[in-house]
Amino acid sequence: MARASDRKVASGFRKNPMLQQKSSKKLASGQDKLMIGQSMLSIYVAHAILILGVVIVAFPIYYTFVASTHSLQTILRPPLPLLPGPEFWNNYSQALTGGGTRIGGVGVVTLLVNTTVMALGIAIGKIVISILSAYAIVFFRFPFRMTFFWVIFITLMLPVEVRILPTYKVMVDLGLIDTYAGLIVPLIASATATLLFRQFFMTIPGELVEAARVDGAGPWRFFFDILLPLSRTNIAALFVILFIYGWTQYLWPLLVTNSNDMNTIVIALRKMISFADADTQWHLVMVTSILAIIPPIVVVVAMQRWFVKGLVESEK
Amino acid sequence: MTPRVVFPNRILPYLLLAPQLAITLVFFYLPAVQALYQSMLREDPFGLRSRFVWFANFRKVLADPAYLNALHVTVVFSVATAVVAMGVALLLAVMADKVVRSRGLYRTLLIWPYAVAPAIAGMLFLFMFNPSIGTLAVLLRKAGISWDPLLNSTDAMVLVVTAAAWKQISYNFLFFVAGLQAIPKSLIEAAAIDGAREVKRFWTIVFPLLAPTTFFLLVINTTYAFFDTFGIIHAVTGGGPGKATETLVYKVYNDGFVNLILGESAAQSVILMIIVIALTAIQFRYVERKVHYG
Repeated sequence: MARASDRKVASGFRKNPMLQQKSSKKLASGQDKLMIGQSMLSIYVAHAILILGVVIVAFPIYYTFVASTHSLQTILRPPLPLLPGPEFWNNYSQALTGGGTRIGGVGVVTLLVNTTVMALGIAIGKIVISILSAYAIVFFRFPFRMTFFWVIFITLMLPVEVRILPTYKVMVDLGLIDTYAGLIVPLIASATATLLFRQFFMTIPGELVEAARVDGAGPWRFFFDILLPLSRTNIAALFVILFIYGWTQYLWPLLVTNSNDMNTIVIALRKMISFADADTQWHLVMVTSILAIIPPIVVVVAMQRWFVKGLVESEK
Repeated sequence: MTPRVVFPNRILPYLLLAPQLAITLVFFYLPAVQALYQSMLREDPFGLRSRFVWFANFRKVLADPAYLNALHVTVVFSVATAVVAMGVALLLAVMADKVVRSRGLYRTLLIWPYAVAPAIAGMLFLFMFNPSIGTLAVLLRKAGISWDPLLNSTDAMVLVVTAAAWKQISYNFLFFVAGLQAIPKSLIEAAAIDGAREVKRFWTIVFPLLAPTTFFLLVINTTYAFFDTFGIIHAVTGGGPGKATETLVYKVYNDGFVNLILGESAAQSVILMIIVIALTAIQFRYVERKVHYG
């Protein structure tokens, strides 16, 4: 039943010109079409509000970029100009090479590597283990199948934040503090990805499985030759969402990394800022912020179509 | 459910499930059970011995003014964040639904904040609104508004709410746009022919039909404000000034890791768990309703 309604949402979604780039391109060359009861004026007002919205939403990011191209002296004497300054190369090369010593002797490159490893590890790990468990739950019949399903399902209700201390204890006992495994493994078990794959697998017609079996394909053959290619879009969408999830983690890396060279870039940024003393190297903080923001933005914007589809469909 | 064609295999499914189950048991169930157990222990001041005290920790936590303050702060913070983030997103989505030209461009420009870590969002806003070097703080002062989020608790709350809401606008926008598109245009045009003006059309047709999306987003935004904003609080205000922005999650962290009051921190974790379970239950009830009416 749930699937029928989802499909309705999905089909409404596909027809929508805004979310489908081809048709939107076609219309963009034309004019805004008026619906009955719409005046041209109200369209102009809509554009004006949207532009204002874009300005508000994009301003903090733009302004960070502007700040990252000015010298510390300029930043410390507000108001800051609205246009980029002349220190772009200076600041960025300082941050990427020598200036990294400000963050406890660790360069920005190390931080970016750490964060990338963590984000990729979480995204790929989550996809692999959830696609496998969803495969087992949908395409096999075995004792305690539904029990296992519920065991996984209930983890929806146990986010990291509510079991901070005991999970930290487990990490200490297993010796996972300050390791990549410690950053990644506890975050890769989640019900959402499993549920999404399960939902998708259940829409695959039984005839397909039957045909594969008649042709002599075993479960692995079916998985790699039929199921994986069919799941490509879902995997791509999920990858974007999980990559962002991993990249923007805060509480967990704060707990499981003690040494500076295992920090993620977000945690290191927090350590760079001190408001008590006027010690903060704001121009380097701003460069680091930009470097921390750009990779996930590139991923989201480049994979926008899959990302939007995956987000809106998986959460419904 | 219709009977499915399945693979006859006895051992393979268990192997497929093993990785997820192992991680789930070690990192989810074991800690959750420990949190439950710990929440009923009280340690002596030196942390050497602990004794079983049943629900004493819960009684103590729930009677603690600091905890009630955190609860109050969390509710104010969550409601404000949800209202601002959803209000702005709805306005933008309604506008985006009207225009055809450059729709895709608007969307591309509006989804950026989704990719920004909450903690970084907080830091960017702190940079802009920091009383000593923040450009916008300087402008506010010039406009005659006294502003100091580092000392004034209302200003601090406004700052964290702004940062948290800003980060969530993209997400809400995408869902509202999808929700608006599911509303048949003929319905709105019929109302227009009947003489209903734009504002009236919105409140009597569009808004009620959007209710499922709005309700869904309300749950999601509440969950977000409760849990995912830890980074904003930690990076921007550290719960201060005083305890003006100390949310429940921040307090669990602070009591457990900074003040090392383990039993009470665990009791707070358990209370949070109950809140999450309630929110999840509401969310699923809603999903069920949507199936019936949708």
